[in-house]
Amino acid sequence: MKILVCISHVPDTTSRINFTDNNTRFDTTGVQFIVGPYDDYALARAVELKESLGASVTVLNIGTADTEPTLRKALAIGADDAIRVNAQPVDSYFVAAQIAAQAREGNYDLILMGRESIDYNGGVVHAMVGELLGMPSVSPVMKLDIEGGIAKMAREIEGGKEYLEAPLPLVLGCQEPIAEWKIPNMRGIMSARTKPLKVVEAVPADSGVQLKQYELPPPKGAVKMIPADHVEELVRLLKNEAKVL
Amino acid sequence: MNILVFAELSEGKVKSNSIEAIAFARALSKSVTVVVMGKSDEESLSGLGKYGAVKVIWADDDRLSAGIIQAYASVITQVFHAINADVLVAADSSLATPVAARAAIKLQASLATNVVEVPQPGENLEVKRGIFTGKAFARVILSKPKKVITIKKNAAEVKEHEGSATVERFSPQLNDADFKIRILSSEKATGHILLPEADIVVSGGRGMKGPEHWGMLEELARVLNAATGCSKPVSDMGWRPHHEHVGQTGVKVAPQLYIAVGISGAIQHLAGVNSSKCIVVINKDPDAPFFKAADYGIVGDAFEIIPKLTEAIKAVR
Ligand SMILES: Cc1cc2nc3c(=O)[nH]c(=O)nc-3n(C[C@H](O)[C@H](O)[C@H](O)COP(=O)(O)OP(=O)(O)OC[C@H]3O[C@@H](n4cnc5c(N)ncnc54)[C@H](O)[C@@H]3O)c2cc1C
Ligand SMILES: Nc1ncnc2c1ncn2[C@@H]1O[C@H](COP(=O)(O)O)[C@@H](O)[C@H]1O
Repeated sequence: MKILVCISHVPDTTSRINFTDNNTRFDTTGVQFIVGPYDDYALARAVELKESLGASVTVLNIGTADTEPTLRKALAIGADDAIRVNAQPVDSYFVAAQIAAQAREGNYDLILMGRESIDYNGGVVHAMVGELLGMPSVSPVMKLDIEGGIAKMAREIEGGKEYLEAPLPLVLGCQEPIAEWKIPNMRGIMSARTKPLKVVEAVPADSGVQLKQYELPPPKGAVKMIPADHVEELVRLLKNEAKVL
Repeated sequence: MNILVFAELSEGKVKSNSIEAIAFARALSKSVTVVVMGKSDEESLSGLGKYGAVKVIWADDDRLSAGIIQAYASVITQVFHAINADVLVAADSSLATPVAARAAIKLQASLATNVVEVPQPGENLEVKRGIFTGKAFARVILSKPKKVITIKKNAAEVKEHEGSATVERFSPQLNDADFKIRILSSEKATGHILLPEADIVVSGGRGMKGPEHWGMLEELARVLNAATGCSKPVSDMGWRPHHEHVGQTGVKVAPQLYIAVGISGAIQHLAGVNSSKCIVVINKDPDAPFFKAADYGIVGDAFEIIPKLTEAIKAVR
C-alpha cells in the first residue's frame, strides 16, 4: 500500500499573528513553525498503518525551501520519503492542484491530510483533491482501519459520530483521536537526514482568489469584574448591558 | 446576480445556520434559489420565503437522505447550471464545506470558506474570511465568473421578508460512482442543542475536577437554552465527548454568549471562542489568562458560583 500524507507548515499554535508590508504579508519574525496539528494526526496514523500492514509513506508539502525542516521532522517521525513542490502556497485550489498532480504520478492508495490547516482554515483541500482525482473524500475522520482494500472509518458529525466504509483509493481529512501524535526519537532524527527529499516545480493553477489585505480583530475592551457574591449583578449586566440574555 | 443556496436539513427541517446562508444571499441579491436534499415537507420548504428565498428546489431522492459529499456536490452543480446561477452560498459545516469545495471544482469557480460578513455586490466579490483560527482576517477578491462562498455563523443578520417560496421537485442524474461511500450507522445526541449552532454556550474545563460535576453545568445550560462545550483535556480524559471540545483543534464557536467555567484560557482554547459576542469567565485564579479575553469575569469557586448563577438566571427568565 502506498500512502501520501500532505502536511502544511504552519505557525505554532501559541504564535501571535502580525502582518507587514501594509498588511499584505504575514510577519514570520520570531514565529516557530510546526507540522499542522491535524496533519500530524494523519501522519501518525499513516506510520501506524505502515507498521501494522506494511506500507510506504510519502510526505508532501507545497512550500518554499523554509519548509524543509518541517518535512525532515515528518521523515524523523517515520515517513519514508518526502516531496516538496517549490512554490509559495497561495490558496486552497492552488495547493489542491499541486497535490493532485503529485498523486497522479505516485498512484497512491490512500491520501491523508488534516481536516483543516490552522493558517488558511480552508477545510477544503481534501475535498478538492478528491474531486480533481475523481475519488471519494471523507472528513473529519477520527478512526481509520484498512481491511482488504476497504477503509472503515468513523467521522465526526455535529453532535456525534458516523461510521462508514469505502473502497480505496480515498482522500481523507483527519483529526484526533485517529492516532496519538508521535515524537521523533534519536534514531528517527538521524535517519531522516539521509532519507530522500525530492524538490519539484509547481504546475500552473489559477484559483481566481487574490489576496487584498490582512486584518487583525479590533482590540478587546477591558474586562468587567464582578464580586463572587454578586452573581445577580452579572445577570443584570448580561441582560441590560450586553443584551445577550 | 443569481444566487443558489445549499441548505442542510436536520430531521426534515432547514438548519439555523443554513437560514443564515439564505439571509446572506438575500443581502446580496433578490434572486435567491435554495436547494435541499433528502426528506422534508412542502410546508417547511415554502416557509423559507420568509427569509428571502424565491424558489426551493427539492431533490427528495431516497439516496440523498444521507449526506454523501460527492453526490451532494453533483446535484448542486446540476441545479446551479439549471437555474443559471452565478454564486453558490452555504453555511460552513463538516458536510457543507467539503460539498461546496467539490462543487467549486466542478464549476471552475473561485472559492472562499469561513466568510464572516456580507460583501458589497458586484462582479468581483471582495470577501472577508477568518484565518489563523480566529486570530486574523483576510480580504480576498473572487475573480472568476462563478463563485462559491461558505459562511461562518453570524456572517449575516436574519431578516424577515414577505411571501412564501415556490417549491419545485427535482430529479437529479445520480451516478453510482458518487455513492462509493457507505454510511453504516451513526450515533447522535438527540434533544441537545448543537454546539456550532448554539446562541449560548456553557463550557467547562479541568477546573470542574471530574465528569461527575457536569450536572451543574448542564443545569445552567438548560435554563439558558444553551449547548455545552469543554476544553481539550476534558475531552481527552473522556469526561465529555470529543464533539464538545472547543478550540483550535476542536469546534470553533461564535455564540452571543460564551460562559467559560474552570478553563484557564490557553491561546489554543481562545482560538475557538474569540468570535463570541460576549464572554463570561468564572475561575478561582485571578491571574487566569482567560480574564484578558473576557467581557465579564468572576473570581471564585465554580462549585459555589454556578448553582447561584443558575438560580439568578431562573429568576429573570
Ligand atoms: C497543538 C495544541 C492544540 C490544542 N488545542 C486545544 C483546543 O482546541 N482546545 C483547548 O481547550 N485546548 C487545546 N490545547 C490545550 C491547551 O494548551 C490547554 O492545555 C487547555 O486548554 C487547558 O485546559 P483547561 O483550561 O481546562 O485546564 P487547565 O489549564 O488545567 O485550567 C484549569 C483552570 O481551572 C481553574 N480552576 C480550578 N479549580 C477551580 C474551581 N473550583 N473553580 C473555578 N476555577 C477553577 C484553574 O484556576 C485553571 O485556570 C491544545 C494544545 C496544543 C499543544
Ligand atoms: N502547503 C501545503 N502543503 C501540503 N499540504 C497542505 C498544504 N496546505 C494544506 N495542506 C493539506 O490540506 C489540509 C487542509 O487544508 P485547508 O483546506 O487549507 O484547511 C491540511 O490539513 C493539509 O493536510
